[in-house]
Amino acid sequence: MAKTVLKMILNGKPVERLVSFDDTLLDALREDLGLTGTKKGCGKGECGACTIIMNGKAVNSCIVPALQAMDAAVETIEGIGTVEKLHPLQETFVDYGAIQCGFCTPGMIMSAKALLDKNVVPSREEIKEAIAGNVCRCTGYLKIEEAIMAAAEMMQSQQGK
Amino acid sequence: MLKDYVQPKTVDGVLASLRQGNARIIAGGTDLMLDMKAGKTEVEKLVDINCVDSLKKIEIVDGSIIIGAAVTHQEVATSKLIQEKAPVLAKACRTVGSLQIRNTGTMVGNVINAQPAADAAVALIALGAVAEIFDENGISYLPVEELYLGVGQSKIDSSKQLVTSIKFPSLQSGQGSAFVRLAQRGALALPMLNVSVVVTLSGDKVDWLRLVMAPVAPKPVRATEAEKMIQGKQVNEETIIATANAVASQANPRDSALRGSGEYRKSVLQTLVKRGLIEAFAEAQK
Ligand code: FES
Ligand code: FES
Repeated sequence: MAKTVLKMILNGKPVERLVSFDDTLLDALREDLGLTGTKKGCGKGECGACTIIMNGKAVNSCIVPALQAMDAAVETIEGIGTVEKLHPLQETFVDYGAIQCGFCTPGMIMSAKALLDKNVVPSREEIKEAIAGNVCRCTGYLKIEEAIMAAAEMMQSQQGK
Repeated sequence: MLKDYVQPKTVDGVLASLRQGNARIIAGGTDLMLDMKAGKTEVEKLVDINCVDSLKKIEIVDGSIIIGAAVTHQEVATSKLIQEKAPVLAKACRTVGSLQIRNTGTMVGNVINAQPAADAAVALIALGAVAEIFDENGISYLPVEELYLGVGQSKIDSSKQLVTSIKFPSLQSGQGSAFVRLAQRGALALPMLNVSVVVTLSGDKVDWLRLVMAPVAPKPVRATEAEKMIQGKQVNEETIIATANAVASQANPRDSALRGSGEYRKSVLQTLVKRGLIEAFAEAQK
């Protein structure tokens, strides 16, 4: 199997890993780098479970060729918050009961983070558009939207807006 | 099996890379990655065009809008220039897939993939868009309307040719456009029907109309009869209804498990065309 070195900035740190030419970014993250927080649902770009942030944008890592991440800044759920200090989104997802089975959650959080990183005062419509590509079979979305709204407010007060 | 993945920085570099081995262009990869996994596309080398800066631009030159091959749907949908000068295209690109898909999938890739109801292609045909093609023999141009060969097949051979950009005249005052879509859900749903309209008025009369509908055939279809019929007509309700009827009588949507029965879609098509015309006229009269 032909392989090559993928270099990227992963969760703020430079990494290098040998990947196959036909690896998806999801394969590289889960299999080669051992970061299994990013989930594989459909593998076809239809469910959003594999959502990560690449150069500031939410993308489905299951259909992005790994080598397209060359020199890119990639953020995964592992880079968001710490056990001691959760990211506002992680806090509000817990507080609002926006998690049930949890399979969609890493992708949801990444989609929501990509939105809030650019726009900390989103409208309900903007939140819906941001997570329209993330399927959740459990919660019915309402609590997720509320959690994102609440996280936005937390971030506003943190930023003094 | 894939043996190489290259990321040239220039158009010449892309063409040179295509010449060696069983190679093929990849842009966003949203369709190609799936085709490769399913074994539908056999390639040994992928030539990624995302590092070619000249392909990443949206610009306006002498009244023509030019969109490069590496520009994503989301970039088109959120571009101020496109929202102002070609709103029909901004709206079409915004309906594609989900945000994640729009962030990677390119507009030009959507066109080259030649799906019967490709949203961007439907809007681009209404705008009279032309593709710029580079290959060994130099540059050539082909209207997007003539790019389709059949379902999922275009005249572009991505193992030899590179579409560098798509260009079309920006809309002027007195012109209006609309994009109307029917789908099962708001996101991640293929269109059951989509309609694009571009209209030019002179005073309160229709100078010309371009109306494109899909998927009612293997490729987007221009409502040529209705386009002819409406020329010179007054902008009023009567004209709108007559045009919508003419469009529906030319269209012959098939029964489809995915997209609804032909009968249903034909009757909804009439309503969508009416909505599109009302919107486009209103925009042209602003
Ligand atoms: S696993 Fe990537 S979108 Fe479903
Ligand atoms: S919490 Fe189970 S899929 Fe969303």
